[in-house]
Amino acid sequence: MCGIAGLIHKKAGGANIGQEMTDMLQALKHRGPDSTGYALYGSPISNYIMRINLAEQADTKKGFDVASQLQTRNDQVDARMAELGANIAKKENTTTYALRYEVSFEGDLKNLIDYIEDIEGVEVMSCGNGLELIKDLGDAAVVSAQYGINSFQGSHAIGHTRMATESDVDIRSAHPYWAYPFADVSVVHNGQLTNYWTNRRALERLGNRFNSNCDSELIAVYIANRISEGDDLEKAMRRSVEDLDGVFTYLVATSDALGMAKDVMAAKPMVIYESDDFIALASEEVSIRKIFDHDIDTFDPYEGEVRVWQR
Amino acid sequence: MATVSTSGQSHDMGLHTEKLTNRTQQRFFDAGESANLTYAWAPVVDTNKVGTLDCEGMDATAINIRIRELMDQGCGTIDLSNPGSMHGLCVGILSRLQLNVTGSLGYFGCGLIDGPNVHISGRVGWSCGENMMAGTIVVDKNAGSTFGAAIRGGDLVCRGNVGSRTGIDQKGGTIIVGGKTGAFTGFMMQRGRMIILGDAGINLGDSMYDGTIYVGGKIEGLGVDAVPADLNDLDRKWLKSKLDLYGMEAPNGIDNIQKIVAGKQLWNYDNLEPSEKKLVL
Repeated sequence: MCGIAGLIHKKAGGANIGQEMTDMLQALKHRGPDSTGYALYGSPISNYIMRINLAEQADTKKGFDVASQLQTRNDQVDARMAELGANIAKKENTTTYALRYEVSFEGDLKNLIDYIEDIEGVEVMSCGNGLELIKDLGDAAVVSAQYGINSFQGSHAIGHTRMATESDVDIRSAHPYWAYPFADVSVVHNGQLTNYWTNRRALERLGNRFNSNCDSELIAVYIANRISEGDDLEKAMRRSVEDLDGVFTYLVATSDALGMAKDVMAAKPMVIYESDDFIALASEEVSIRKIFDHDIDTFDPYEGEVRVWQR
Repeated sequence: MATVSTSGQSHDMGLHTEKLTNRTQQRFFDAGESANLTYAWAPVVDTNKVGTLDCEGMDATAINIRIRELMDQGCGTIDLSNPGSMHGLCVGILSRLQLNVTGSLGYFGCGLIDGPNVHISGRVGWSCGENMMAGTIVVDKNAGSTFGAAIRGGDLVCRGNVGSRTGIDQKGGTIIVGGKTGAFTGFMMQRGRMIILGDAGINLGDSMYDGTIYVGGKIEGLGVDAVPADLNDLDRKWLKSKLDLYGMEAPNGIDNIQKIVAGKQLWNYDNLEPSEKKLVL
């Protein structure tokens, strides 16, 4: 079933979007308790922020030498960054397998990402100047506590609670997906795409990479590919409603925008709250109500509808 | 030797051409029926005895149980506050009751009800009033998709806009929408009437068996087997009385309301299924 949520503060200055998104996602727990993910947008910095996973959570709980394997991968990541001229300004181990880097880098970003992901088991979850993509197994309260999300200040965010239907229960198949290799673009999705393999093969022939068999990843890659072809975000999303077959509602976030698209059958839910300086969207109104202590006016978007909100 | 053809034999037997009797293109109704929204034998309740229910901190099960407790105590009116858009509230109420909800409901609000008159000051999520048998529900703000799915009786009113598949599988009663409605409104509708005062999305009345849809705004597209019909005096009289009941008006006047019915070209009641043909032959 899955639940998705998004919010954007249009006024300058940060808000406690980590706590807000956690509250919204926890209210959607009944739509999917398997995993929870966040794409949080903080104040942009000049360096790239990279979220890197060294292994699946399940793989870190077995094997007598797992700690040394993780350390080896960690060292390899650092070495390959240095090899391609990326200077590590800051590095944090948020868990034994999830790392956060701040990196200054002038070269080809795609080349750097590909080189890092060439290390066995290593995946670059996100890269951008403001985007921090965090996802793990469990509900929002578990993931939030694990990664210290509730104090995160920023401008906008999207999030996801997952009920696995098309692929495994693992971090790789959890949402959001970063739109590799475009900095600061992320996607969450509720639904099923029925022409996944047709589109995936076409996008792979163009040189795009897929890290999972989750159909939702296709949307991120599709949007990234359309942007590389010259479309702006809204145009790419409008085209996706025609090209992607199935039932879906998805959210896309960029460094300064939040967008939503709904399939032509309008089979998946979405509720929108909109004011002059704040927009919140979710699969159910009960999620948005976690931000407000009073009644609000909301509406459902219609079939094939695409909306984009700029900061 | 004569060739044996099963399809030929079934045609010779008249199995494909026999017309069912007592079916008409036009469903007739009493324009004054609007007052008759609950069963005549429904128990009389004291609407002057008012119970209050603040839902803050309660879950849906506890709220629904509390509504029943208040009804058992003789409350004919219940004022419910702070529902917080929770799902599955106010369901399965099978008696007369004036239920006033201050706030919004989530999914499946007021489903399976049979008799109460409900007023909701906020909005409702998906499937409000699903399988409603009798009574009224009036929603002041917007509603989600599948508004009034499979209702069999009563009046279901939304003063704002509603989502897609409004009145899917409707089997009776009346659905009134003050604003717009989305795609597939009246999908597989079987009985009853629907009034959309605003615009309707694509595939309106798709695969409807019967029933009537009235649309005051633009229709983006009709579905399979949904066809326009002429608005007659009985329609106008009924529309006026029904809209007056809820203080609503057609933005372009009742005379400009479009009437949509089933073309019934998809009806195959006269044709046997292959398995049935085998039995006959």
